[in-house]
Amino acid sequence: MLDILVSPFMLRAFLAAAVTGLSAPAVGTYLVQRRLSLMGDGIGHICVTGVALGLLTGTSPTVTAILVAAAGAFLIEVIRSTGKASGDVALALLFYGGIAGGLVLVSFAGNGAFALQGYLFGSITTISVTDVWAAVAMAAAVVLLALALTPQLFAVANDEDYARSAGMPVRLYNVLIAVLAAVTITVAMRTVGLLLVSALMVIPVATAQQFARGFRVTMLGAMVAGAAAALLGVTTAAFVDVPPGATIVLVSLVGFALTAPVGAVVQRRRRRRVPFPVEEQPDHLTVDEPHGHQHGPGCGHVAVEHGDHVDYIHAGHRHAVHGEHYDEH
Amino acid sequence: MTPAAEVLALSDAAVTLNGRPILRDIDLTVRRGEVLAVLGANGSGKSTMVKAAVGLHRLARGEVRLFGTPLGQFHQWSRLGYVPQRSPIAQGVPSSVWEVVASGRISHRRPFVPMRRADRSAVAEALDAVGMADRARQPVGTLSGGQQQRVLMARTLASEPDLLVLDEPNAGVDLFSQEAIVGTLAARSRAGATIVVVLHELGPFAALIQRTVVLRDGRIAYDGSPEGLDALLADHGHHHLPTTRSALVPEVLAPLEGGS
Repeated sequence: MLDILVSPFMLRAFLAAAVTGLSAPAVGTYLVQRRLSLMGDGIGHICVTGVALGLLTGTSPTVTAILVAAAGAFLIEVIRSTGKASGDVALALLFYGGIAGGLVLVSFAGNGAFALQGYLFGSITTISVTDVWAAVAMAAAVVLLALALTPQLFAVANDEDYARSAGMPVRLYNVLIAVLAAVTITVAMRTVGLLLVSALMVIPVATAQQFARGFRVTMLGAMVAGAAAALLGVTTAAFVDVPPGATIVLVSLVGFALTAPVGAVVQRRRRRRVPFPVEEQPDHLTVDEPHGHQHGPGCGHVAVEHGDHVDYIHAGHRHAVHGEHYDEH
Repeated sequence: MTPAAEVLALSDAAVTLNGRPILRDIDLTVRRGEVLAVLGANGSGKSTMVKAAVGLHRLARGEVRLFGTPLGQFHQWSRLGYVPQRSPIAQGVPSSVWEVVASGRISHRRPFVPMRRADRSAVAEALDAVGMADRARQPVGTLSGGQQQRVLMARTLASEPDLLVLDEPNAGVDLFSQEAIVGTLAARSRAGATIVVVLHELGPFAALIQRTVVLRDGRIAYDGSPEGLDALLADHGHHHLPTTRSALVPEVLAPLEGGS
């Protein structure tokens, strides 16, 4: 029964799943940081044209997909950075043009339509040795760049204006992120498929950032979560007759759902301590009711920063020490 | 003036945004060690001017020189420290205070080279300077507006710049943080840094400012000492609070001071 897990095609599947699970969240973290979570989905759509082009011309769909996706990613970045008001709409045109173009192109390829299925939904168990090594090489390049260039990519994703004033080639790094996303999606199209690839770029990041307090920790956590979901998904699919790609995504979602309650508590505790905004001229409202105890460090009431003092959260009220009495803030 | 003393210069500068002329006829030279406040009503072009000065807006006319070098040929970016107005530093993924401040070292670092000891100590010093060292590991999203502004300030200080350009560092910032920022700037000024700060009102910055430039409708309306500004206002009797409307009323120089 367990022999199946060490059969050559399963080993290839595990390897492909692991590199997808590692590389997709690494790039995904940058996309989520820039609030471009759905960009992966868009590039995935554009890849459909690339795959169809490969099937039609008899060249490797991986090669054509990567070329078309990189070109699409570059175009997206140009549209985004020129800051046109219709940028959002322009992206939609590009995305749906990509998927529709692919479907029309592939209809000329005879039984190519069937082959396209494998790319739309993934077909990890039929992946060839060459494909696996290509995936490993591409994923390694993506992970290496995403990690080694963290300071640069973070600075650009975090605050473009500041990065530009520090003399950074901002557009170059933005295009690099977009191209890394395109390569990642090409890697992932054989494992989870083009329609679901964005999930592996976003869900592990969402899982990790519930707990992380920093960017790098989020990225590393997301990579662990992504790889774990991918391996677990493939293992599940080996024993139950379910499509591996979709299973990987579901496992990833279950991971998020299981950690969400803990994450909610962590987040809630953090949010409670977010300082209150400072008004121009705070009204002076004195607390009238007799105050049984002295507020102070460790008094049991949550202390939240408010300008130059702290407010104590007391039965839904905000009490601030003012001389001998408390003010209502 | 020797050319070496010129830190920032705009000559005959004009900026057009989306076809609308925002700035014109700007001639401004900031010398080494000066502390200059840029004042003016909302929409008078204060932010646009400093953004043009640090290369974020293209000039429609004229020239910007940084440390005597035309902007196009300027490469010593670590000498320039820009603090943007209300940056969206809290974004999709949590980032720690330390990470944001460390990104200020970017102009000193080469790709693929890990942080050196000098980088780490500069980040630690910058965090200390704004009083945020104890919050280094906290996500920036959980900080107040004033604390976030101090983090932005620390990010810029981490690059150890000779010229600091700040865009409304006191907007929406509590008094305590404003004073912390003023204290930090005073220390940088004593260390020889040149400071250009866009302000809505002088407020706690008054003690620091040596020279003020007032913009009105995209032109320089006043360039001189803060005292001269008071004299200019003296016959007017009182100060106006900044409102957009005042920009449309002729002969009223607003907002020159915070008033009460």
